Amino acid sequence: MTHYEGERRSTPAPTANTPPRMLRERRRTPRNPLQAPLPAPPRPAHPLPDPSDWNFELLEQYHDAIRAAAQRFGLDTYPNQLEIITAEQMMDAYSSVGMPVNYRHWSYGKEFIANEKNYRRGHMGLAYEIVINSDPCISYLMEENSTAMQALVIAHAAYGHNSFFKGNYLFKLWTDASSIIDYLVYAKNYIAECEERYGLLQVEELIDSCHALQNYGVDRYRRPSKLSLAEERARRKERLEHAQLQVNDIWRTLPKKPDKAEDSTDTKRFPGEPQENLLYFIEKNAPLLEPWQREVVRIVRKIAQYFYPQRQTQVMNEGWATFWHHHLLNTLYDQGHLTDGVMIEWLKSHTNVVFQPPVGHPAYSGLNPYALGFAMYTDIKRICENPTDEDREWFPSFAGHPWLPTLDHAMRNFKDESFVGQYLSPKVMRDMRLFAIVDDENAENLSVSAIHDVSGFRHVREALSRQYDLSSREPDIQVWNVNLRGDRSLTLRHTQNNNRPLHETAQEVLKHVARLWGFGVQLDSVDNTGAVTKHWSVPAPPQ
Amino acid sequence: MLQQIIDRRLAGKNKSIGNRERFLRRHHEQVREAVRRAVDGRGIRDMERGENISIPKKDISEPVFGHGQGGTREMVHPGNREYVTGDQIERPKGGGQGSGRGQASDSGEGEDDFVFHLTKEEFMQIFFDDLALPRMTQTQLAETPEWKSHRAGFVSDGTPSNLSVVRSMRGAIGRRLAIGSISRGELRELEDDLEELLAWPVDAKREAERERLEARIAELRNRLDRIPFLDPIDLRFRNRVKVPVPTTKAVMFCLMDVSGSMDEARKELSKRFFILLYLFLTRHYDKIDLVFIRHHTQAQEVDEENFFHARETGGTVVSSALVLMDEIIKARYSPTEWNIYGAQASDGDNWHHDSGRCRELLTDNLLPVCRYFAYVQVAEEEQNLWEEYMRLQETHPHFAMRKVTQASQIYPVFRDLFKKEGAAA
Repeated sequence: MTHYEGERRSTPAPTANTPPRMLRERRRTPRNPLQAPLPAPPRPAHPLPDPSDWNFELLEQYHDAIRAAAQRFGLDTYPNQLEIITAEQMMDAYSSVGMPVNYRHWSYGKEFIANEKNYRRGHMGLAYEIVINSDPCISYLMEENSTAMQALVIAHAAYGHNSFFKGNYLFKLWTDASSIIDYLVYAKNYIAECEERYGLLQVEELIDSCHALQNYGVDRYRRPSKLSLAEERARRKERLEHAQLQVNDIWRTLPKKPDKAEDSTDTKRFPGEPQENLLYFIEKNAPLLEPWQREVVRIVRKIAQYFYPQRQTQVMNEGWATFWHHHLLNTLYDQGHLTDGVMIEWLKSHTNVVFQPPVGHPAYSGLNPYALGFAMYTDIKRICENPTDEDREWFPSFAGHPWLPTLDHAMRNFKDESFVGQYLSPKVMRDMRLFAIVDDENAENLSVSAIHDVSGFRHVREALSRQYDLSSREPDIQVWNVNLRGDRSLTLRHTQNNNRPLHETAQEVLKHVARLWGFGVQLDSVDNTGAVTKHWSVPAPPQ
Repeated sequence: MLQQIIDRRLAGKNKSIGNRERFLRRHHEQVREAVRRAVDGRGIRDMERGENISIPKKDISEPVFGHGQGGTREMVHPGNREYVTGDQIERPKGGGQGSGRGQASDSGEGEDDFVFHLTKEEFMQIFFDDLALPRMTQTQLAETPEWKSHRAGFVSDGTPSNLSVVRSMRGAIGRRLAIGSISRGELRELEDDLEELLAWPVDAKREAERERLEARIAELRNRLDRIPFLDPIDLRFRNRVKVPVPTTKAVMFCLMDVSGSMDEARKELSKRFFILLYLFLTRHYDKIDLVFIRHHTQAQEVDEENFFHARETGGTVVSSALVLMDEIIKARYSPTEWNIYGAQASDGDNWHHDSGRCRELLTDNLLPVCRYFAYVQVAEEEQNLWEEYMRLQETHPHFAMRKVTQASQIYPVFRDLFKKEGAAA
C-alpha cells in the first residue's frame, strides 16, 4: 500500500529535548478557536486547470486555494516551505529518519539500501510526501506526483500535519520547531569532527550503543526547573520548621538498634530514585566517558526526544492530516475550485490510505492509524452536527456543540492513548468491527474478551487505549542502582507489564549499555509480585 | 503564509552515499568474502559488473529492548466477523504470534539474509582493494612526454602573434600620463602667466619676460610631443606555459607459452592472470593496448582468440617471445609515450641454453623500458628458467614472479604481486 510517510516509521526514531529554559521563552498567545467556518468566498468562474503534469505556477494556484480554505477553518500553522524532490532524494530522506540533514551512520545506509531494493522491486510505493516538524514547516513533494496528488499532499502535509505540529501539546512541550534543523546541522558537523579526531570506528561503536538505548533516552515528564537561591532557602526553612514539629521526645528514649543503622546505609541506592531516562543517566554519571562521548550521547538523546511526540501521536497526527485533506479538498470541490478528474484521482489515493484490511486478510498488519484516526475525527464532527441518543449518552460534553472548537480541542490536548480513551465512539467501533483478544500464556486458547456490542464498547475502548500507551508497548526499564562501593556495576530493573518477559535481544542491548557505562551491567526482570524472575548480566568491557 | 516553493531536485543527489560507505565498511569482511567468491565463480570476461551481496540478518540487526513471547496481553483487532464475547480461539500454530503484532520487519523479508546489490564500481573497488599501480607516481613525475599549454598571465616579451593589443595600449596610456604630468603642469602655469602678461601694456621688461615664457613654453611643448605614443616597454604578450600531462596510455604485453606441455588447465590459469592484470590497468589508464604473443620454439603475435584457444606442440624457446616483444616495442610503442607492462606465463619449461639469454634480454632490453614485468609459472617444479629469473628479481624491484597451480591461488598471487608499495610483504 502506498502510504503517507511523515512520522510513521518502523525504525526507532532518534530526538530533541528542548531545554526548559528555551521553552519558557516561547510566547504562548492565547487563542480562541473559530466557532464556525468563516463565510466562503465567491465561486470562481473556472475550476483550477488539471493537467496531469504539474508546474510551479499551478502549484502556487492550488496552494493558494488550499490555504484560503484552511484559513476559513482557522487552521493555525507554521509558514510553509514546499520542496520538490526526486524519488532518490525521497529515499535519502527516508533513510535518515525523515530529516533533511542528519549525521552519518551505517544504519541509515542499511535503511537506504533496504528501501531502495523494495522500491526497485515494486514492493513498496514511496511515500508521497514527508513533512518535517520545523519552522517553517518543510514538506517534500515528489516530482513524480501528478497535479492532483500534489494538491492532496499540500492539503495533507502543509496544512494537516503542520497545524498538528504547531498545536498538539506534546509537540509544544518537547520539540522546538524553529531550532531542530540548526541542531541537526550542528549534530552532523560535530559527529563528523569526532570521526576525524577519534576515528570512524570509535564514533560508530558509540552511536551504535546510543541507538540501542534511544527509546530510553527520552524524558517522559519535565524535570523540575532548578530552584533559585531564595526559593532554596525558603524551602530549607520550611523543612526545618516541619522537622521541629515532628520532634517527639518519647521515641528518643528507645535504644538505637546497632545493626539496623548499618543496614540502612547499605541499602541506600544510587540514584536515590529509579531513573527512566537511561541515556541521560549515562551522560551525566558514566564514570569513564570522555567529554566528546558525553556530547554524542546527548545528541542522540536530544534527537530521540524530538521524535518522542511523534511516536505517541500516530493515530492522532495521521488522522488529523487525513481528515483535513479530505475536508479541505471536498470544500474546494463544492465551491467549484476542483475538477471531477482531480477529485477522482485524489479520492482513489485517499481510499487506499484509509483502507483497513480486516484481521485474517493477507494484507493485515494491525490497525491502520490513518483509518482509525480519520474515522475518529470524522465521527467527532458527526457527533457534533448530528448526534444520536447514543452519542448524547456517551459524549454529553460535546454532542451537538460546534464542531470546529471541539475538533481543535481534541487535536491539541491529547496523545493517542488518551485520545482513544476519550473519543472512540461506539459507532466507530461498530463500523470497524473492533474486538479484543486476550492472549494469556497460561490459557490453552486465546479468548475474545469483548466485541463491538453494548456490553463490550467500554472494554474495547480501554484495551485499545492501553495498546497505544507507549509504556505498555515498550518494556519498562529503569536505572535501579549503581554499586558505588564495589565494582561500580550498574543495575537496571525491568518491571514486567502483565508478566510479559523481555525479548532475548536484551543480552545484546546490555552489551551496549556496558560499553557506555564502562563497567559491568546487570538487568533484573521483576514480575508484578516484585520477585526477580530473570537476571541478565554483562561483565565490564575490556578497557 | 506560504514562504516558498523550492526546487531541490538538482541539489543533494547521492546524499546518502556517506551512509552507504559506512555500511559497506562495517560489513567489509562479508562483502570482501562475497567478492572473492564471485571472482572465483565468474567468467573472466564479465568481471566488470556488480554483484549481489548477502549478509545474515543477525549480523546487521540493531538490538533494542522489546517484549518477548509470553505473559498476558490484550490486542484489539478490526474486522470481527463471527466472534462474540467469550469465544475461545485456538492458538495459531507455528509462528505463535499469529495475527498478533504486525511489526513487519523494516527491510522486507523476515528471516532471510539481507541482500543488496554492489555496483560495478564498488565491486571493482573492493576487488582491487589495497592495490596500487606499481611505480605509477614515479612514472608520471619522471618522464612525462605529453604537454598541455595553459594560459599564464602576461609577459613583456614574446612573439608578435601573442601580442595583447589592449593590454599594451593600456600600459602606454599609463606611461604617457606618468611621464608627461610634470611638464604639462608647468606648461599650464606658464600659459596662464603669459596670458596675464599680455593683458598689461607692453614695455621692455614685460617684453623680455614674454620672450622667456614663450621660449620655455615651446620647449615644454616640444618635450611633450617627444613622448612616444607606443614604446617597446609597453608591449605585453599573452603568456602560455606548458604543463606536463601524465601519460594515460598503456600497452600490456601478454606472453604465453603454448608448447605441448601447456594443457588447457594451465592456459586457463594464465588467462585469468592476464585478465586480472588487464582489469587492473583499466583502473588507471584511459587507453590500453593489448599485444598477445604466444610462443613455442618461435614466437608470433596473434589476436586474443587465437592466443587463448589455439594449441601448438613442440619444444620451447622462451627468448623468442622476448625478442618479439622487444621488436614490437621498438616498432610501435615508444617508451616515452606508452606505459609498458609485461606479463609472462609459462610452465617453466625451456630449452636449457635459452634461459640465460632470456635473463639477458630482460635485463638489457625490456626491464629498462617496462613499468612492470610479472612472470607467473603455472607449474610447481622449478627449472632453469625459474632460477635465472630469480636472479633478476633481486636486482629489479619492478620485476615480480610467482607460482600458481590452482585457480583459487590466482587472486592472492595477483594481489601479492601488485601489493601496494610500502605495505608489508
